[in-house]
Amino acid sequence: MQLYLPIADLPVNVFLVLAMGAAVGFVSGMFGIGGGFLMTPLLIFIGITPAVAVASVASHIAASSFSGALSYWRRRAIDPALASVLLCGGVTGTALGVWTFTQLRALGQLDLMIALSYVVLLSTVGSLMFSEGLRALMRTRRGALPPRRTHNWIHGLPLKMRFKRSKIYLSVIPVVVVGIMIGFIGAIMGIGGGFILVPIMIYLLRVPTSTVIGTSMVLTLVTMLFATLLHAVTNHLVDAVLALILMVGGVTGAQFGARAGQKIRGEQLRLLLGLLILSVGVRFAIELVIQPSDLFTIRELGVNG
Amino acid sequence: MMRALLAIVLVLLLGGAARAERLIVSVSNHRVTVTPNYSGEELVLFGSVERDATTPADRTAYDLVVTVMGPRADMVTRRKERTFGIWINTDYRQFLQVPSYLALFANRPFDAITSPEIARRQQIGLNNVLLTQRVGGDYADVVPNDAFRSAFIRLRTQGGLYREDASAVTFLTPTLFRTGIPLPAEVPIGTYEIEIKLFANGAFIGKTETAFEIVKVGFEQFVATTARQNGLIYGLATAAMALMTGWMASIVFRKD
Repeated sequence: MQLYLPIADLPVNVFLVLAMGAAVGFVSGMFGIGGGFLMTPLLIFIGITPAVAVASVASHIAASSFSGALSYWRRRAIDPALASVLLCGGVTGTALGVWTFTQLRALGQLDLMIALSYVVLLSTVGSLMFSEGLRALMRTRRGALPPRRTHNWIHGLPLKMRFKRSKIYLSVIPVVVVGIMIGFIGAIMGIGGGFILVPIMIYLLRVPTSTVIGTSMVLTLVTMLFATLLHAVTNHLVDAVLALILMVGGVTGAQFGARAGQKIRGEQLRLLLGLLILSVGVRFAIELVIQPSDLFTIRELGVNG
Repeated sequence: MMRALLAIVLVLLLGGAARAERLIVSVSNHRVTVTPNYSGEELVLFGSVERDATTPADRTAYDLVVTVMGPRADMVTRRKERTFGIWINTDYRQFLQVPSYLALFANRPFDAITSPEIARRQQIGLNNVLLTQRVGGDYADVVPNDAFRSAFIRLRTQGGLYREDASAVTFLTPTLFRTGIPLPAEVPIGTYEIEIKLFANGAFIGKTETAFEIVKVGFEQFVATTARQNGLIYGLATAAMALMTGWMASIVFRKD
């Protein structure tokens, strides 16, 4: 069944988009991530311009992280204090990101920047996660204990604050900085940033695993809602029809993904996720390096991306 | 007085001679609506060549060139080059107020219809259509084999937005003709002008114009205009929709 998208200005097959939403939702539910880094490239692949894809995926991630955040809230797995400090940074970062997005679009380098950020970020995070998962897997094979957690330089910074539910005593500076960073790259790349935020919170900030996913979902939710709003106001690129189809597919797929994820061990899960992220990064890298089939592109100046 | 009268008669006679044929045309649909299930359409243009008493008796074989032009827009063509091992956009040309949709149809090859010089003057064929570029501070069209110009036409043709077909116009009788106007799925919204030019024995003998429009209606129209004019409300509505969907999912799939 074909459906005409009003903002992307092209007809798409509803079932194809629904299936894409469900597939990405499954992965996101399985790994506890938003899945934007998979959704945005897929949309670009079916012919939607990168600009519209990035802007519309933001609202899709907001929907899936809201349903996630609600269930974590019921289980009291969200640290409200930590979430609000993160949000201070996140909102600032998002505003900066949307502004940069507009500037790059005017320069005609937006597509390149999106591709480059994907390559750098995904291959770095992917390979780190993959190697970490591999090490953890080998450790459990040998039956060795995980290395003891030690404090690092981040815990020496001033402006400390007590985060009760997470039971940590931490400076607000790194928390705000992380928030800004995630908000910024999220707005430019059309990703929630959960797959970067969670490792940073665990390894750098030493947030306990009990609150880490729920809290990161709150940040994702608010930054993505804010990004939707800003993209709608400044660039008029949010396709609500596309977003709705993605959301419905996404939240449904996520439920089944979450069930599947519980059957797999943590280290294997990380290994798989690392591999997945890495392959998306490599895919973008190949596209940048090999000669494109057509050296020319046309863009209409005006309302359409 | 006599001289003025003579002048009028002369003008009428000459004018009459120039307008020996009249073109009468119509499109199958003057208003194409883009609905949720729109995925391309084909319009039909039909018409006839009306001869009158002043038409030379030996003029019986006509040629027609139909030009369909969509709403005009500024466009940028960019060229990628390898820089530091990766392919990035470097050079670009700006095309000013060029048709977003352009189709040229004829009943036989353009070069068989008329001379290259008349073809250029009447903008017959994609190579002869005026596509104004901004070259530095100047505004000009360039030679047809310019890299940016030919890339522009090639890409638009690939998308089904530019096309030329020298066998699309069919004469049902020596004076009655028809042609199909295919509209792709990704059709630009706006007013489309159609120019029908009549040739006989290589000479341009007259033209007529008509138009149709493509509009978004109902929901599509509503969404597109709201997004453009009330960005904030649109953004808020989309955000609210996201929250609703997420909330409903957590209710529907609640395990406890």
